[in-house]
Amino acid sequence: MATRQTRFGLRATALATISIGVLALTACSSAPEPTAAAGGSAAAGGGDQKITLTLSTFNQFGYEDLIPEYEKAHPNITITHKKAATSNEARDNFNTRLAAGSGMADVEAVEVDWLPEILQYSDKFVDLKNADVEGRWPDWKTKAATDANGALVGYGTDAGPEAICYRSDLVKAAGFPSDRESVAKWFGTTWESYFAAGKQFAAKSQVPFFDSLGATYQGMINQVESTYEDADGNVIAADNPAVRKVYDEVVKAGIDDGLSAKLQQWGKDWTASFQKDGFATMLCPGWMVGIIEGNAKGVTGWDIANTFPGGGGNWGGSYLVVPKQSQHPEEARALADWLTAPEQQIKAFQKIGAFPSQVAAQSSPALAAVKVASFNDAPTGQIFSDRFKGISVAPFKGPKYFAINDAMQKALTRIEDGSSTPDASWDKFVADVQALG
Amino acid sequence: MRPRSPLRQRLSRLDAQVSPYAYVSPFFLLFAVVGLFPLGYTLWVSLHQWNLIGGQGAFVGLKNYTDVLGQPFFWNSLRNTLSIFLLSSVPQVVFAVLIAAALDAGLRAKTFWRMGVLLPYVIAPVAVVLIFNDLFGDRFGLVNQALGWVGLDPIAWHKDTLASHVAIASMVNFRWTGYNALIFLAAMQTIPRDYYEAALIDGAGRIRTFFSITIPQLRATIIFVVLTSTIGGLQIFDEPRLFDSAGQGGADRQWQTLTIFLYNIGWTQKNFGRAAAVAWLLFLIIIVFALVNFVVTRRIASRESR
Repeated sequence: MATRQTRFGLRATALATISIGVLALTACSSAPEPTAAAGGSAAAGGGDQKITLTLSTFNQFGYEDLIPEYEKAHPNITITHKKAATSNEARDNFNTRLAAGSGMADVEAVEVDWLPEILQYSDKFVDLKNADVEGRWPDWKTKAATDANGALVGYGTDAGPEAICYRSDLVKAAGFPSDRESVAKWFGTTWESYFAAGKQFAAKSQVPFFDSLGATYQGMINQVESTYEDADGNVIAADNPAVRKVYDEVVKAGIDDGLSAKLQQWGKDWTASFQKDGFATMLCPGWMVGIIEGNAKGVTGWDIANTFPGGGGNWGGSYLVVPKQSQHPEEARALADWLTAPEQQIKAFQKIGAFPSQVAAQSSPALAAVKVASFNDAPTGQIFSDRFKGISVAPFKGPKYFAINDAMQKALTRIEDGSSTPDASWDKFVADVQALG
Repeated sequence: MRPRSPLRQRLSRLDAQVSPYAYVSPFFLLFAVVGLFPLGYTLWVSLHQWNLIGGQGAFVGLKNYTDVLGQPFFWNSLRNTLSIFLLSSVPQVVFAVLIAAALDAGLRAKTFWRMGVLLPYVIAPVAVVLIFNDLFGDRFGLVNQALGWVGLDPIAWHKDTLASHVAIASMVNFRWTGYNALIFLAAMQTIPRDYYEAALIDGAGRIRTFFSITIPQLRATIIFVVLTSTIGGLQIFDEPRLFDSAGQGGADRQWQTLTIFLYNIGWTQKNFGRAAAVAWLLFLIIIVFALVNFVVTRRIASRESR
């Protein structure tokens, strides 16, 4: 659900929609949703009037069994569930209907990556702040969905706490202890120690240490509070020493010290390299486990070290929002509240592995019991729960975050494929950022 | 014979004069709605600040155009578009004519071969791209592995500008050559066989008849195919967009075409004003190219027909 694969994956659906004219036409012909007359703001979901709520998600949210359960508890409510194939398709739908002023679902799922874009238009969404969800999420998760005026735009669904996945067979072949605990100790808790371990590994093995500059950079920059934009909307990416520092560090480790396999995440070569001992470690959020399983079919030796340099990091995760377009904002809020409650999130985790973002869900025995056989029985429930507690920073992401980060990823790719030197590539990054103006 | 009433006469004259317009009007009405209106509306958008969600902003005149023209990325994407266009259109037309000529000759199982050349066109472009991406992987791609078997260095398909254009053009050619070949074949079959017989009696060989009869007779068709492939070629989007997983046209914008440039401005940066300006610039470029093509192909064809 929260995977970056959907963003960087094939975007067949995106092909269809360039025409600006088409958008203009939809704007003209839009009619209000054919819902029953406003049901009044009677007790959330408790009124007698029969109403239909629409819910729009993408990929897998694990809501298939939850919806009938909710309908059973609220006989007056029928839920229509619309599912987009990818986050990107959902984003296009979302933006188009938001621009058109109608046609959105009562409850819409939003991926964390495009949440900042939406916060700009927080007046088009219901403020979901409510006493009964107080303290449900850790601060960083709530903060990311809170606008400048303090309105809570979205309820957090899943999260992507990161650990380090590694190939125990390759580590063993290089002559290092390869069990989970030793490796976690060896990698340490800082980027310096992780890269130092990489250098030791590189001295004994021909296999590159990590998969790509871009992915590693992503893990590092997600621990920096202020990156590309300041709170006033000024772009500071090119002048921010913190950004340049991470850039220099990752380039030194990946290129100068030769630790990077120089692959582009989600590219054909990256996918193929899982079968060819392409690299020994990679940063992995909970949902990445399934991706590795798929790509590395037949390859044994994958395992997970319960550590993450710099403490913790979050990669991915989604939110549920209620647009003001909704005819039944009260009932919609109640549904979003229920779907994101800890009990329901654990059910979703058991169903499709979406890691819960709720504090209360972390102590659930059901969560702790989850193990993955193909990762040498790694207790993923326990590991990612530990990693989740380590997350303390939610980087400030402004409306241009996505475009600027994209330019940064390109800059790193240029270094990896050898088409630019680090300094020349940085200059091109600066030019890219300026062109956004 | 009874003389017709003046009213009837007038009505029938009116019928003859007005009806044809009524008959062709559906096309023009439809064109006005789905062609002309978006075109005009895009022009209107391009003269404003315009955000995808925020909507219309201040009137800025031609500022969006000067912004776009002032960006080196625009010129880079124009260059890429033209390069990919040339690498795809030229071989496409040449091979299509040759294939059509082969199909026009006396073959066994004619229908089988004719259906066969159309097959690539029927495959969805996304599927084509998936397969070709496996071929053009930098490290583990089939083409580079094959080059390795014969001792050649691998080609950096996703780094080298020209190599990436060749790879993308090959996908376009795969898809469209057969389609164009069928159009040429249809035109070839309207050429009277007497011409060939007369030429044969005069002692002309196959090659001579091909250049002196077939090509000149195909004049109108060549103009049509060149024009349509120009328009399609300058709007190329699917293949370069799907050529890598990021879909941005390369880390160094090696294969960022005008439409990808437009898409990124409109949907990633949400700057519809600027995106509309790019759309209009693309429109103007296509018109210029279509006119140049038209003049050039007509001149070539008419010289040969003399």
